[in-house]
Amino acid sequence: MAEEVCAPLSGKVLSLAAEVGSLVEEDDEILVLEALKMETVVYSPCDGRLKEFKVKVGDQVAEDDVLAVIE
Amino acid sequence: MAFFDQLGFSSLTPGMVFTGFIGLVLIYLAIRKQYEPLLLLPIGFGILVANLPLTHLMEPGEGLIWRFYHYGIEWEVIPPLIFLGLGAHTDFGPLLSQPRLIFLGAAAQGGVYVTFFVAHAVGFSLEEAATIGIIGGADGPTTIFLAAQIAPQLLGACAVAAYSYMALVPIIQPPIMRALTTEKERKIRMKKSRKVPHLEKILFPIVATIVIVLLVPQSAALISMFMLGNLFRESKVVDRLTDTVQNSLMNIVTIFLGISVGATMSAETFLRKDVIFIFFLGLFAFMIGTATGILLAKLMNLFTEDKINPLVGAAGVSAVPMAARVVHKMGAEADKKNYLLMFAMGPNLAGVIGTVIAAGIFLTIFK
Repeated sequence: MAEEVCAPLSGKVLSLAAEVGSLVEEDDEILVLEALKMETVVYSPCDGRLKEFKVKVGDQVAEDDVLAVIE
Repeated sequence: MAFFDQLGFSSLTPGMVFTGFIGLVLIYLAIRKQYEPLLLLPIGFGILVANLPLTHLMEPGEGLIWRFYHYGIEWEVIPPLIFLGLGAHTDFGPLLSQPRLIFLGAAAQGGVYVTFFVAHAVGFSLEEAATIGIIGGADGPTTIFLAAQIAPQLLGACAVAAYSYMALVPIIQPPIMRALTTEKERKIRMKKSRKVPHLEKILFPIVATIVIVLLVPQSAALISMFMLGNLFRESKVVDRLTDTVQNSLMNIVTIFLGISVGATMSAETFLRKDVIFIFFLGLFAFMIGTATGILLAKLMNLFTEDKINPLVGAAGVSAVPMAARVVHKMGAEADKKNYLLMFAMGPNLAGVIGTVIAAGIFLTIFK
């Protein structure tokens, strides 16, 4: 079962904090967004394996865009 | 002997040395601590040169900086141009998606009005009290705009107070926010905002201008420039103009604003005990504004299903986007998956408009 990680707010992708294929637990850092010159960390919604990132560093994302998939 | 009288040294007074030193402190804070450097650096330097003797820089009709001040600030040109740039930087989306949060921006103006009465009670004239109160709006250009028209003698001190407190938002606000909210309230996650259609974003600056200017005509200079800048941005057809007002024009006017405001702080206008009161009252205004914003949010929660995190009320003092960032950080401290930033931007922007309206009301009464 796959779970999508969505952007909680609009901003720019600053860095990816986890590696594709790695195991993540709920509340682990997935990536960091920048909005209004402030860093905002996006956390994993569940335990699982990070299947893929749908974005790359520097991308502009809108609220609710899918950032990554965890399965 | 005449030669020695021409030298600046012999005319230096202790007051000039002291005030000039304050200029140096601001320059230090700007460079070393990066407190609002774009403003405090030119302001600090302006203070420094204004306190060097025999320069005539601020001599009416003659001095270089006096000309910047006269044509830029007394003629009310620069603050509205800054607002033009701010408008082009502003995305009203967060405000339009949660219109009820506008009330929080209005509530935070409580600090302005409360301080107005307190300042008058401790002996300032009505005009001066209004100018001191507006510091609580935490909005530099608006403070300067109002001061230049009704209490020019306080302009320098009020502007420096407003900009210093804006830089100190992350220190001043959190203790008040913590005291007035419970852990549980800080954890409230707010319901998703709706998406704002593009048409709405185009119509907003036009409709807001018409409504606000009809209500408070004296706010027209600031509001119309603010909304024009925003219309440039949202229309998406004049990117060149948007870019110019956001960057080049904004930078140019910031230079002239900073140095002129600094130069108004000569020793004789600055070294009065009133100035200490202004700093205290300004801080008081700021704290009350933070509190009234939070309290209104809590009051609204009594009547609504869909709860507001009361922290966002604190963003009602303008200080864009610093106050919103503080709210976001405090929300994330309570619950790391609580993203309040965009919710806080709503009252934050409403606060800017609220402060302009408050200034317009004062102008209507006192000018």
